[in-house]
Amino acid sequence: MRLILGYFLLYFGAIFLFLGAFGLIRLPDLYTRMQASTKSTTLGAFASVLGVGVIHPDWFVKCLVVALFILLTAPVGSSALMRAAYKTGVPMTDSTTIDEGKEFFGEEQEGEAK
Amino acid sequence: MEKAGKLNKYIFTVVVLYVSWILLTATTRADELIVGLIVSLLVAIGSFDYLSEHGLSHLTPKRVLYLIIYAPYYLWQVILANFDVAYRVLAPSMPIKPGIVKVKTNLKTDSGKLALANSITMTPGTLTMDVKDDTLLVHWIYVKDETVEGATKEIGTPFEKYLKEIFG
Amino acid sequence: MSILDWIYLAIVSIGAILAVFRMFKGPDVTDRVVGLDVLTTITVALFVFFAMVFDRYIYIDVALVYGLLAFVGVLVIARFIERGF
Repeated sequence: MRLILGYFLLYFGAIFLFLGAFGLIRLPDLYTRMQASTKSTTLGAFASVLGVGVIHPDWFVKCLVVALFILLTAPVGSSALMRAAYKTGVPMTDSTTIDEGKEFFGEEQEGEAK
Repeated sequence: MEKAGKLNKYIFTVVVLYVSWILLTATTRADELIVGLIVSLLVAIGSFDYLSEHGLSHLTPKRVLYLIIYAPYYLWQVILANFDVAYRVLAPSMPIKPGIVKVKTNLKTDSGKLALANSITMTPGTLTMDVKDDTLLVHWIYVKDETVEGATKEIGTPFEKYLKEIFG
Repeated sequence: MSILDWIYLAIVSIGAILAVFRMFKGPDVTDRVVGLDVLTTITVALFVFFAMVFDRYIYIDVALVYGLLAFVGVLVIARFIERGF
């Protein structure tokens, strides 16, 4: 029973790790790619690590620490990376409808220019 | 909320450090626990002023209760987000209509805004780019509503309900 | 290793290869960094998986430290791209 749950979590994670990398290849521009890769790989790693914890109950606490660590740090890193990409002017895909970032960062840069 | 006293902050820092120690060593052996306590007490002397602002007043039962309610809700949202991504990546027509919108928030504290930004990043189709004062810049993979009010209602409000109770 | 472990390894390895492909192809610097970020997360998951397969507890600590360093690394690279120097 424990093994079944553990392997279920492991495979659940593996499928999402694969989907995150697949989205990285298939989607058209950097921003949408980051959407897919951040969400999918985070949940994928979270579920896989928890799966190992379930298969080895002695290690469960340690695996939980690693899993929570991944869940909390991944969004921060991707936010910083996406902002950097936007400020250096990475192009967006053609189907983009609205872009309020110009205005948002325009105010800020005037404030920062000394 | 006014700033807490020195002793209050010190005890809060020691508690946080000690819990981290126990989780990282993941054991209940007596020698590890004693060494951990000594190290936490020593490290907190130098660092409590940087690590804590409000001290023990963070740990009211109401906040802890809301945190316990919020955690499963957050995990459920993360799983939904992933099925959403899986659908968008695998569907042959690739239903995406990306855009960057602004979202307003009512949260005042920095930790509250950080939690809101992280929550938005992990939920279906949205990723926070930057936070400034009470405005979040969000990249949305399928824009449903271009106005600030509509986007706020669609993206931010479900989380704010909980986060307002946890972080004030 | 049982057959289930091998299948897991195969699925995740294909994901890692796709991430490396994006790292080489990426038209922009940021694309390459995103590929690296994905590869890092996959590596952390694999470290923990190998800890289970080879029954070595210490590998989990390695995964934790690697995840920490990679997180700081991504933040530093993001800052570097944004500001220069």
